[in-house]
Amino acid sequence: MTAKTLFEKVWERNVVTPEEIDRPAILHVGLHLVHEVTSPQAFSVLKERGIKVRRPDLTLATMDHSTPTLPAGADGTRPYATEAAKLQVETLVQNCADHGIELLDFNDDRRGIVHLVGPEQGRSQPGIVIVCGDSHTSTHGAFGALAFGIGTTEVGHVLATQSLFQRKPKSMRINFEGELQSGVTAKDLALAMIAQIGAGGASGYVLEYAGPAIEALEMEARMTLCNLSIEAGARAGMIAPDQVTFDWLRGRPGVPADYDAAVKEWSQLYTDEGASFDKQVTVNVNAIAPMVTYGVSPDAGAAVTKTVPVAANEGAEEAYEYMGLQENTSFEKIEIQRIFIGSCTNGRLSDLRMAAEVMRGRKVAPGVIALIVPGSEQVKKDAEAEGLDKIFLEAGAEWRLPGCSMCIAMNGDRGAPGEVVVSTSNRNFKGRQGEGVRTVLASPATAAASAIAGHIADPRPYLTGEAA
Amino acid sequence: MSMKPFQTLTSKTLVLTQTDIDTDQIIPARFLTTTSREGLADKAFHDWRFDADGQEKSDNPFKGIDMSTHRILVGGDNFGCGSSREHAPWALKALGVEVVISTKIADIFRSNSLKNSLLTVEVPKDIHDLLLDHPGQEVTVDLEAEELRFGNHVVPFSTDPFARRSMLEGQDSLGMLLQAVPDIEK
Ligand code: SF4
Repeated sequence: MTAKTLFEKVWERNVVTPEEIDRPAILHVGLHLVHEVTSPQAFSVLKERGIKVRRPDLTLATMDHSTPTLPAGADGTRPYATEAAKLQVETLVQNCADHGIELLDFNDDRRGIVHLVGPEQGRSQPGIVIVCGDSHTSTHGAFGALAFGIGTTEVGHVLATQSLFQRKPKSMRINFEGELQSGVTAKDLALAMIAQIGAGGASGYVLEYAGPAIEALEMEARMTLCNLSIEAGARAGMIAPDQVTFDWLRGRPGVPADYDAAVKEWSQLYTDEGASFDKQVTVNVNAIAPMVTYGVSPDAGAAVTKTVPVAANEGAEEAYEYMGLQENTSFEKIEIQRIFIGSCTNGRLSDLRMAAEVMRGRKVAPGVIALIVPGSEQVKKDAEAEGLDKIFLEAGAEWRLPGCSMCIAMNGDRGAPGEVVVSTSNRNFKGRQGEGVRTVLASPATAAASAIAGHIADPRPYLTGEAA
Repeated sequence: MSMKPFQTLTSKTLVLTQTDIDTDQIIPARFLTTTSREGLADKAFHDWRFDADGQEKSDNPFKGIDMSTHRILVGGDNFGCGSSREHAPWALKALGVEVVISTKIADIFRSNSLKNSLLTVEVPKDIHDLLLDHPGQEVTVDLEAEELRFGNHVVPFSTDPFARRSMLEGQDSLGMLLQAVPDIEK
C-alpha cells in the first residue's frame, strides 16, 4: 500500500468522480455552511431554475456578517446599519424556510459566526469536506476535515447537488519544531508562519500543520491556526485528528450516534510514514514572540519587541504611508485608538479568557475604545458564566452581542479614518475595518495589553503581573 | 443559464502596479449587503476612485480612462487575495474588465472569475514587468490558442482545460454538474 498524506486520505474518501484532464473531480460535500452575505444570489439561481436544495440535512445556516452587535430596542427593532443589511438577513430567513434548511437565528442560543457554530454543534467532523461561501472556512480543517471557501456560483452548485467540481490542489506540510513560549499564542504562531512564507506563499496548496507544537495545541488554538491558512494563500489547512479532537467533539449534538465507532474510523486519518508532499517548510516555534502586523497585508508581521523594519520596496512605502508609520519606530511607541477582540479567528472562550487575564483589575487607557465581541451565543454564555463580561466592563471595555462585527465592518461596527486599531481578526487590508482605518493584527492578549497601555504593548508583563 | 462566451479580445491595458490587491480593494465589504449581482460598477475599486463624500479622488487610477477601450487589467503580484466574495469579479465585469493579468492570481478569485467569464491570465515576471511599464498597451488575448500577443511578443499561458472550454463555449457549469452527478447519497 502506498503511503498517503492526511489530505489524500480525506480527498479520496469524498471523491465521487475522479479528475480527468478536461474535467475536475466531483467531490461530495459533507457539510455546507451558509450565511446571509454570499448566499442570496445562489438561492436566486435555484429559484429561477426551479431546483430544490438537495440535502438540507447537510446544510446549516447562521446570520453573522450583517447583524448588529447592539441589542434590539424596547420595541424589538434591531439596529441594522442599513436597510440593505436588514433585507439581506430577511432574505436568508425566507430562503431557509423555502428550502427546509436549519437556520440559527436571533432567537436561537446556538447562533454565532459561521466558523464557530459548525464546531460547537459537532457538525464539523474529521474526514469530511466542509465548504462555505467564506474564505475562512479553512478553520474547520483543525478537525481533520478538508474545509475551504467557495464563491457564490459554487454555493449554488452545492445547494443544488451537494457536490462540487474541484481540481486536486498540491500539498505542503509545515513542520512546527520546538514549543510555544509563555504568553505566545496560536495567533502569533500563525502570523509568524505567514510572515515566513508570504501572503501568496501557499497559493494552490492544502497545508498540513504538523509537529510537536501542533500536537500540544488545544482545539480552539488549532482552529485559530487553520483559520489563518488563507492569509498565506492556501486553499485549506489541516491538522490530523487525535485524542484532543475526539475529546473536544464528544457529546456535541451533531456527532455520530455510535461515537466510539466514529473515533475508530477517524483515527485512520493521519499522514502515513513516508508519504510525500509537494513541498515542506519548517517553522522554529521556540523563537516566536507575540506578533504584530505593520502593513496592509497579513504577511507584514514582526515580534512586538522589534521596530518597524526598513521598507523593502515601493509597496511597503505606500503601506507605511497608509499606516502612518515611520521606519525604525519601536512598535511599543505606536499609540492606538481602538481595539477589537473577536472574529472567527479569536472570538472563542480561550481567547476571551486570555484577554480577561490581562484586563482583570486594570483600566482601558483614556481615549481608547475597546470592543469585545464573543464569536457565538455559546461563547457569550460561557464567558458570562465565568464573569469575564464583568472584568471587561469594569476595565471600561464594551461587551457586545455575537457576530463578525469589526472583522469586516459590514454591520456598522467600524473604526474612524486614521485610527490605529489593534485587532484579533485576520485581515489588515486597507479599509477593511472602515475607510482609512489602520489595522494592526495581534493576539487577544496583545490587543488587551495595548488597550490598557494606550499604545501597542507586549502582553507578557501583564500576564506575569510585572506591569501595573 | 449560459454565460457569454469568451474567445478573443483585443483591447488596451489598464495598469495597477500595487502588489497583493485584495478583494476588499476590488469591492469594499460595506457594499456586500446586496442580494443581487447587479449595480456593482460604481462599487468596483470604490475607495480608490472616490473619497468619503463620493467625490472623485485626484489620484484615482481610473480617471479619464474609457473602460470600453481598456478591458484588460494588469495588476501587481498576487492579485485577488483575501475573501471569497464573488462580488469582486461581478464588480470588475460590471466596470467593463474582461481580462485580469498578473504573475499570480489568488485561487478563489480565479475560480470565481472563470465562472463569470472574466479571464485570468498568469504571466512570467519579465512579461509582467513589460506590461506594468506600458500602461495602455494594446494586447490580444486569445483563449483558443492560449496566447497573449502584443508588439513582437507572443506569450503562451495556460488555463484549466475545463474552465477554458466552459468559457469558449459559454457553458453553464451548474447544468454540467447536475448532469454529471450520479446518485451520491451517502
Ligand atoms: S469573523 Fe471575519 S473572517 Fe470570520 S466569517 Fe466573519 S467576516 Fe469572515
